[in-house]
Amino acid sequence: MRVVHYLNQFFAGVGGEDAAGTGPELRDGPVGPGRKLAALLGDEHEIVATAVCGDDHAATHADFAAALVEQARARGAELLIAGPAFTSGRYGLACARIATAAAEAGLPALAAMHPDNPGLAEAAGTSVIESAETARGMGPSLERLAAAARKVASGEELSIQDGRVGPVPRANRMAERSAAVRAVDLVVARLGGDREATEIPLPAFDQVTPAAPIADPADALLALLTEGGFVPVGNPDRLESARATKWIRHSLDGHDSAEAGTFESVHGGFSTQWANAEPNRILPLDAARELEREGAIGGLHNEYFATTGNGTTVADARRFGVEWAAELRQAGIQAAILTAT
Amino acid sequence: MSIALRVGAPRIVPTRGIPYPTGDPELSPEQERAWRRQLLERALHAVATPVSEPTVFGGDPVE
Repeated sequence: MRVVHYLNQFFAGVGGEDAAGTGPELRDGPVGPGRKLAALLGDEHEIVATAVCGDDHAATHADFAAALVEQARARGAELLIAGPAFTSGRYGLACARIATAAAEAGLPALAAMHPDNPGLAEAAGTSVIESAETARGMGPSLERLAAAARKVASGEELSIQDGRVGPVPRANRMAERSAAVRAVDLVVARLGGDREATEIPLPAFDQVTPAAPIADPADALLALLTEGGFVPVGNPDRLESARATKWIRHSLDGHDSAEAGTFESVHGGFSTQWANAEPNRILPLDAARELEREGAIGGLHNEYFATTGNGTTVADARRFGVEWAAELRQAGIQAAILTAT
Repeated sequence: MSIALRVGAPRIVPTRGIPYPTGDPELSPEQERAWRRQLLERALHAVATPVSEPTVFGGDPVE
């Protein structure tokens, strides 16, 4: 089978964070970890090309995936493999998006990442194979990925036993043992000290490693973010008041304060009377400008980001976080204050 | 604040009410602006402080 393999700028050897803005391109043959993957896939399969895109570019330009899938098809790709992305959020998002774009275009695809990767929620039913947490586990991660890829190539379904993680489309089948027997077995396992055994895994919050502190706020560029449904009056971008599926950005140029009548909150989870009477209560622009004038911060980012945190799914919120982090990194921002309602 | 701790926000500055995170309608406009500025100063202190787990930057009780 003709395989196209997706890698980010780091694993393709383009560069580190300085090269994260690199746009999408297709290279001939396997690159970096793709060489080991090619060897593991065996003689029946060939990595004919490697699709590459910088993590920041991929996180901020969702159309990178469709462009690369089209190029992959032009090379006669019959299978697309993305990653492994380990726990890298932007890379995982990119792997999920390109695998989903490929599957939607009728090209079988699978991605590999750690179960805590926020990209997992974006995979929308496309097969994702578990990888290690970091590139130190590259070897075993590639072995599991190659084994799963060979199975997909032969038209077989992937299951948890193959290392499949994330949402799996439900299918009916006959169980070998009755529900009563399985339930009693689970109780016995629990009494025996096994707290993990379950037929219905619950979603879990992942652990985020806190960012390193900034050396001196007086040298730092600061951004204001909020989940308080904070919009220009009239809500031109139609930000949702509940169950938000998107976030908005708006310029702060020329604004010395969040004036009533200029900004408002459309949050549907609390009374917005206090926010609309004094919008600085949601986005503390007046105080931030004061600190900027006094030199207590190096500068204030010229736009704010906002969404509505009201019944918003963890999956959407993770995606917003990854996208915000990529945007702020690209803009050279060192710190952010996110007001939470 | 308990939600912020539970979901693992690394640096948390507690405020006074869900509908007005950086304000307090009980205060006079001048007092409220001073309170808002104090919250931002706490936040700047928080981002300049190393943390290894969800940490609350409360400061002394005010007013």
